[in-house]
Amino acid sequence: MDERRRGWIQFASLLIQNADFRGFFTGTIHRGATKQVCVPGLNCYSCPGAVGACPIGSLQTFLASRPVKLPYYVLGLLLFFGVLLGRAVCGFLCPFGYIQELLHRIPFPRRKLGNFRGDRTLRCLKYLVLAGVFVAPLLLDWTPAFCKYLCPAGTLEGGVPLVALNLGGLELRLGALYFWKLGVLAAVLAACLWIFRPFCKYLCPLGAIYGLMNRVSLCRLHLDSDRCLGCGRCARACPMQVDPLQSPDSPECIRCGRCARSCPAEALRVGFPQREKQKMSQ
Amino acid sequence: MKLRSAALLAASLGLIVLGVLLGQNGEVLQKATHVCLECIGIG
Repeated sequence: MDERRRGWIQFASLLIQNADFRGFFTGTIHRGATKQVCVPGLNCYSCPGAVGACPIGSLQTFLASRPVKLPYYVLGLLLFFGVLLGRAVCGFLCPFGYIQELLHRIPFPRRKLGNFRGDRTLRCLKYLVLAGVFVAPLLLDWTPAFCKYLCPAGTLEGGVPLVALNLGGLELRLGALYFWKLGVLAAVLAACLWIFRPFCKYLCPLGAIYGLMNRVSLCRLHLDSDRCLGCGRCARACPMQVDPLQSPDSPECIRCGRCARSCPAEALRVGFPQREKQKMSQ
Repeated sequence: MKLRSAALLAASLGLIVLGVLLGQNGEVLQKATHVCLECIGIG
């Protein structure tokens, strides 16, 4: 699949997950029954157009409730998306990931950063954030800490539009928390100019969950070692700095397929097992 | 399809059904249809 087609899928996913456009004019959020289903990617349910629920927000709702309820429904959906697609959700379906990619495409008069000192260590942060999603509500007086203090998607998709529409007197209640979250958002968006998907790489708990499922997901990167020339173009093409020959199931791989497109011998393919076998035999 | 993936897929469907039986989809709906003040940085 070429990069343009992937871009169209990401764009369509952004539109479908935020299909209630009226909300952007009226300053209200969608209240239909579709919101009982979690979308696979990070998309705030307080976005005026959102027609589904954010999986991390929903998870936090259960974990921050008293008494704590085990979120079977949300965990089931996350497991379902993860086993089916793994981090292909990040590469194809996540609206916030798409926004970061668009920003990274802006020509900027500075060198884009790939592997830099501390990059590998910083990538472990998302697992700490994931642990925080589960633990923080218990430690911080039942507060959904990720949504409240860290999530830039909520600020961008929910906070900024709702405050800008200036309905319901939200602007009167703006305080330190709102400006903290604006700062986090600004930092993430600015980092996108240098780094490919910085939030996905370093902070996203959803990316951490799906990354752990890359090993068992049905959508995967398939390497035909008989065809491989060992030229290393795939590793150089990867925007997530994964070496597909060393670790095709790396938790960092978002299945974007750039490695496969860069391979002169067509030794790499991204896809589901059956389809993959047919393609490889052609 | 690998057996492990199939088992996980079945487990995920089981969890979803269990959650629906416990009414958790309704709780998600209730949360998602109100503006989350924490999410937007006001709560």
